Amino acid sequence: MNITSLLNALPGAVAQSLIWGIMAIGVYITYKVLDLADLTVDGTMATGGAVCVMLMLGGVNVWLALACAVLAGMLAGLMTGIFHTAMGIPPILSGILTQLSLYSINLAIMGFKANQGINVTKYDLIVSQRNVRALGLSNPIVTTLVVLALVIGVLYWFFGTELGSSLRATGANAAMSRAQGINTNVCKILGLMISNGIVALSSAMLAHYQGFVDVNMGRGAIVIGLAAVIISDVLFGKLFRNFALKLTGVAIGAVIYYIVIQVVLWLGLNTNLLKLLSALIVAVFLAVPHWKANMQGGKGRA
Amino acid sequence: MLELVNVRKTFNPKTVNEKVALDGLNLRLEEGDFVTVIGGNGAGKSTMLNAIAGVWPIDSGRIAIDGYEVTHLPEYRRAALLGRVFQDPMTGTAATMQIEENLALAARRGQGRTLKVGITRQEREAYREKLAKLGLGLEDRMTAKVGLLSGGQRQALTLLMATLKKPKLLLLDEHTAALDPRTAAKVLALSEQIVTENHLMTLMVTHNMRDAIRYGNRLIMMNEGRVILDISGEEKKRLTVEMLMDAFAKASGEAFANDRILLSF
Ligand SMILES: Nc1ncnc2c1ncn2[C@@H]1O[C@H](COP(=O)(O)OP(=O)(O)O)[C@@H](O)[C@H]1O
Ligand SMILES: [Mg+2]
Repeated sequence: MNITSLLNALPGAVAQSLIWGIMAIGVYITYKVLDLADLTVDGTMATGGAVCVMLMLGGVNVWLALACAVLAGMLAGLMTGIFHTAMGIPPILSGILTQLSLYSINLAIMGFKANQGINVTKYDLIVSQRNVRALGLSNPIVTTLVVLALVIGVLYWFFGTELGSSLRATGANAAMSRAQGINTNVCKILGLMISNGIVALSSAMLAHYQGFVDVNMGRGAIVIGLAAVIISDVLFGKLFRNFALKLTGVAIGAVIYYIVIQVVLWLGLNTNLLKLLSALIVAVFLAVPHWKANMQGGKGRA
Repeated sequence: MLELVNVRKTFNPKTVNEKVALDGLNLRLEEGDFVTVIGGNGAGKSTMLNAIAGVWPIDSGRIAIDGYEVTHLPEYRRAALLGRVFQDPMTGTAATMQIEENLALAARRGQGRTLKVGITRQEREAYREKLAKLGLGLEDRMTAKVGLLSGGQRQALTLLMATLKKPKLLLLDEHTAALDPRTAAKVLALSEQIVTENHLMTLMVTHNMRDAIRYGNRLIMMNEGRVILDISGEEKKRLTVEMLMDAFAKASGEAFANDRILLSF
């Protein structure tokens, strides 16, 4: 166990975790704002990269390719939204169905290959791990921070509008929202689309960063997203009241999660056991509100 | 005007739990009617209000509000015509949103939601005045989360939200039942004030017979999904609790010994 190897890995870990932070903000939109657990993201987290990389390999401009990636993510959200609202399928199952179908769709996008590389010297990538020690705008940490700020800014504006408020109301109290004339189905669909659009953006950036897209790169994304949301809740819940700060907290949550994982790996955990560990940690944190409520209930009865 | 014609609603059809909650219900309200609704537990009072609001589709019959045929309109579209306050103070507001945000949502009932800012400065001022009129000190807590309010405060706020955009029909479903007697009396007085000031057509369900007699210009009693008694005008003014109980026993052909209404006057 060499501390310099850990420190050497740190800039890369920060860059990568900030990219995952963008995804976690997408998860926050569904899980916290809309009160829906959306498992679509495990699929969308590969779709964005697949669309972006394949378009760029085909000669499409990087910005247009990124926009198309976001659009593809939004379509995935639309699919889950339609499963849930128009077809009455519970949200978790709707997400699983989309996620499953995305596996085939992602493979199809990638020309039925499990992965596709994209070379930073030949293509105009917005972030790359090669530049992780560079100074200035080419550094992926800087670029990702700029994208994060943009995403948070746009979301902050949107959720302050009439439409954004009706999305928040739908998540807070759907019955009340309908009584106030809000089409809660449309709001849920819109929220799922926004969320998955953000996740797809993160996916595209991750593909740029690592220089390839893999059909499995989104596996477990929802758990990372939830972990980031929960970490932010625990650490900054009392501190960050403002919506923009909350989103920032989620991104920081992703960084913390990622760095903790790096440390655990550095301490010698078998990489193959990582997902088990993540799942258990998230399960415990998800259980905390339940345990708290039970304890309070117990006191009340006594 | 409100028209309910032969409205039927069955819950859990074709199962052992099948329940005909509205059984050919007919009711007509005129402009400015303030109708109190009483009836035993499970008589179908809440179901009637939910049918009017369009919470789920009805089996058969038709519903018209202010001349609009709403029978097949989804709930969120009927909302333009309706104001609602529910029994549970949690139901009518978004707990995790601010007082002023809740009001801003209600102010846009029946309008499209655009990308304009969700609440304007002028609105805030208007809300501050309206909240001040409630006399609960909420005007100084406009950015507080509604979840922090007491049940009575939440009901008062919900009442304000229901009438912020003047509805064609106000639906109050035992909206004071979850409150302590003093708060309940306050919220009731406030309800009456708002109804008379705005000349609102209103259906108010209550389990309290005295309140049912005291408030409104008309009283209906429901049993087994139908209206079994309909008293208005001078006749209503002369009503007593005893008369209501006799009327109920006669019309329904049942004693109503362990009914909840009996326990609450
Ligand atoms: N959503 C529902 N699902 C199944 N049964 C219901 C539902 N709502 C009401 N009922 C049943 O319909 C009948 C009328 O209920 P309700 O209208 O709530 O009575 P109340 O007059 O006390 O408000 C009751 O038997 C009740 O159990
Ligand atoms: Mg009821």
